[in-house]
Amino acid sequence: MAYGPHTTEDRARMLAAIGVDSVDDLFADIPASLRASGLQLPPPESEAELSTRLRDLADRNRVELIGFLGAGAYRHFTPAVVDQLLLRGEFYTAYTPYQPEISQGTLQTIYEYQSLMAELTGLDVVSASHYDGATATAEAALMSCRATRRERVLVSRGVHPHYRETLCTYFGGASLAADEIPLVAEGPAAGTTDAAALERLLTDPERPVAGVIVANPSFFGLLEPMSEIGRLAHAAGALFVSVVEPVSLAVLASPGEYGADIAAGEGQSLGIPLAYGGPYLGILACREALVRQIPGRLVGMTTDIDGRRAFVMTLRAREQDIRREKAASNICTNQALCALAASMYLAALGPHGLRDVAALGAARAAELEMALAAAGAPRLHPGPYLNEFAVRVPGAAAVHARLVGRGILAGLPLARAVPDDSSLADALLVCATEVTTSEEIAAFAAALREELSGSAADERAAAGPEVAAR
Amino acid sequence: MTAAGDRLGPTLFERSRPGRGGGKVPHPPKDALARIPAGLLRGEGPRLPEVSEPELTRHYVNLSQLNYAVDTGFYPLGSCTMKYNPKIDEWAARLPGFAALHPFAPDELSQGTLQLLWELEGALAEIGGMKAVTLQPAAGAQGELTGILMVRAYHRSRGDTARSEVLVPDSAHGTNPATASMAGFRTISIPSASDGGVDVDAFRSALGPKTAAVMITNPSTLGLFESRLGELLDAVHKAGALAYMDGANLNAIMGRFKPGEAGFDVMHINVHKTFSTPHGGGGPGAGPVGVGEKLLPFLPSPRVLREPDGRFRLEAYGERPASIGRVRAFAGNAGILVRAYAYIRAHGASGLCEVSEDAVLAANYLKARLADVLDVPFPRPCMHEFVASSATLKAETGVRTLDVAKRLIDYGFHPPTVYFPLTVEEALLIEPTETESLETLDAFVEAMRCIVDEARHDPDLLHSAPHSSPVRRLDEATAARQPNLRWRAMTGSQSPCPD
Repeated sequence: MAYGPHTTEDRARMLAAIGVDSVDDLFADIPASLRASGLQLPPPESEAELSTRLRDLADRNRVELIGFLGAGAYRHFTPAVVDQLLLRGEFYTAYTPYQPEISQGTLQTIYEYQSLMAELTGLDVVSASHYDGATATAEAALMSCRATRRERVLVSRGVHPHYRETLCTYFGGASLAADEIPLVAEGPAAGTTDAAALERLLTDPERPVAGVIVANPSFFGLLEPMSEIGRLAHAAGALFVSVVEPVSLAVLASPGEYGADIAAGEGQSLGIPLAYGGPYLGILACREALVRQIPGRLVGMTTDIDGRRAFVMTLRAREQDIRREKAASNICTNQALCALAASMYLAALGPHGLRDVAALGAARAAELEMALAAAGAPRLHPGPYLNEFAVRVPGAAAVHARLVGRGILAGLPLARAVPDDSSLADALLVCATEVTTSEEIAAFAAALREELSGSAADERAAAGPEVAAR
Repeated sequence: MTAAGDRLGPTLFERSRPGRGGGKVPHPPKDALARIPAGLLRGEGPRLPEVSEPELTRHYVNLSQLNYAVDTGFYPLGSCTMKYNPKIDEWAARLPGFAALHPFAPDELSQGTLQLLWELEGALAEIGGMKAVTLQPAAGAQGELTGILMVRAYHRSRGDTARSEVLVPDSAHGTNPATASMAGFRTISIPSASDGGVDVDAFRSALGPKTAAVMITNPSTLGLFESRLGELLDAVHKAGALAYMDGANLNAIMGRFKPGEAGFDVMHINVHKTFSTPHGGGGPGAGPVGVGEKLLPFLPSPRVLREPDGRFRLEAYGERPASIGRVRAFAGNAGILVRAYAYIRAHGASGLCEVSEDAVLAANYLKARLADVLDVPFPRPCMHEFVASSATLKAETGVRTLDVAKRLIDYGFHPPTVYFPLTVEEALLIEPTETESLETLDAFVEAMRCIVDEARHDPDLLHSAPHSSPVRRLDEATAARQPNLRWRAMTGSQSPCPD
């Protein structure tokens, strides 16, 4: 066997010590009628063969395109020191620090992660991690219901569609209600959460609201009127849940500043590879008053019996292994190694480096906006954005597909991600980060200009954008 | 103090000095944020630490050395399957083709990962005897939630809305009852039989028109194969309920027992256990879920599909209306699933069977060798793990399981899982895994012998253990009473760094 140490002689010695003739005897408790016939799987592969197979599979993916794709997962530069340190076997081959005396490395790094995220979000309590932004948002919504003893949340349509779908799945199980807050249809605030509609949704005395959930920046890259939304939520006795992107918090107002009670978000942009969607990092933070409602592990500072400073998992009475069916969540395994990567990334960049990442992304995005507008693809929404925005492109899905053929990954056709909003049928969601170059922007704009000038007529004659996109 | 003890050190925040670090990314133009209204910007920047790269490296390397890990020693933490993590799996996950692929990349750019996921689904379905597998759940507990939500959807699709209960044996992991609650069910806890197995008669009397599902861990959390499983599954199905298998202990039974073939309707698999993806200090894992025919329509979306022309694609939004929907963003913890795939291909059919055989052999060997050292409450052959107990030792010496566990640290071993399952007094759940050599297993037995001997002659040595770890027993009461959950950079209220 590939990684097993036992020789034939070892096995014989072990069988003799047990007092059986064959390993089959150890499986005698499996009733004959339930025994399996073996496995129909390929034979073992040597490491050399396996490495070739894996490289071939990896090479069948195409990651060399010039990319403007964000939509909840972002391409960033990660300092080399992060992955080098993450490869320490003492970190990645340990498990949950149940024995604190021999887990101070993991425990201190989790405490530091909690502290770093507390600084970014402006909130007090940060869980040791959740699965991803979607599940952290769903847990935040459940938390708001527990804390207020109400059974309905309001979720902006500016929240990532995958997060909204995940929240609906979780809420269906718990028989709780999640209603949508529409977006402003037109005018200077087009595409942002409709505060007037929110105010109306909050007034139904029969259906009190536990939490109001809004993302900043929104899925469409727009900056939301967070202070106003928070004021409306609190006036109705609801908690305010902010869905955040952590790099943006280097420059944008923090949840603590605009009065959020809970922040949830995706931490992938902090040094975690894109890896086709995971493993990522679910960030969940809250105000101190909600500490006993937050699900997931928490690490606290304490001392050992000799008075030495040390760290330990704490407030464990919220967790499933203690409280069983009354636990705050069923979460057990989390994303601790991704939280560690995020801490290392933040420490490697420092406050100025992180601000540079956010601000350089914003500068590149402004450059992208001008270039695309000049190529015939103006922004869809007028309001302020940080580094991601939607543009209007006639036949967006078909143009996107043709640009892939030209080596450009032109963001996300919004019709694919938000199929239930007809105003987005001809829109692409594009983003720039600090790794986006002026040359890439120029190449995108030039290719788009050619597509739009040469293909307007073809477009109407073709079978339609949906078919072309497939 | 040991060498490791000296490595206890300041936090990142205490290491911070203004002006350190930098040089990682270019500076933006000064007016980069001028187009954004000032009211939307942050008043004061986040107070992140400023450290140089050499300090950063030492900070983390020194912290890492305070950890016990599979890469440093024997980690028989029962029910967690702390086996060796092959290095090629880490290499594979870091291949740029896998690591740099965006989750919204069109299917035509993602064929390698989609093929890998599709093949992995097939392999896991074969191992579990299931019709189909979803790879979407991020961890075992999320797999449980996914499975139980599918059970709920199944009953509702048949208009059977009265089923509000999930039956769980009292030896189950805490995630089972917590999952049932999250999915809107009431948990009914069923006491175990005296032989440690499920009490089929107790289940029979609890089963009825209100039962939605029964959740069974097999082998059980006591490391025992549920020998009356056939009867139990018959009773469950006769009552119109579905059978969920917690696959936490799959490492014992590959090639010997397929839950789906035996009659389970749904199961989850912890890839960080059986398929050796690293535990990461708490995660990430992945919790694929296999289903039989009945639950096929309800699998979460999107599934990975193979077209007749051999191309792979992700299911489109709304393509399968009966689906319970998404349980997370994107398609799953693909980076973890690459590692699980590599592990399965390296072993192949024969290697996976051997994994289970060697895991069971090692556990039975330790159990036989420790039988005259500690109580071993269940004499029949165990699977991949077994329960020992310090009940007699405690009665004779006052030394508890906790003390034994802490003293093991001084002998250079990670303690087993303690005080679980809840059904055994002073429990130690010991899972050696298949990757530990006979020399290691023998050394562990020797250490246990010495500790029991110490308990009889010098119990205080155990009550105050560990003695050689970087820190000693912790004040957990104060940690919970006055929680300090974050560094407060500006208040200076923290005690100064210990060195």
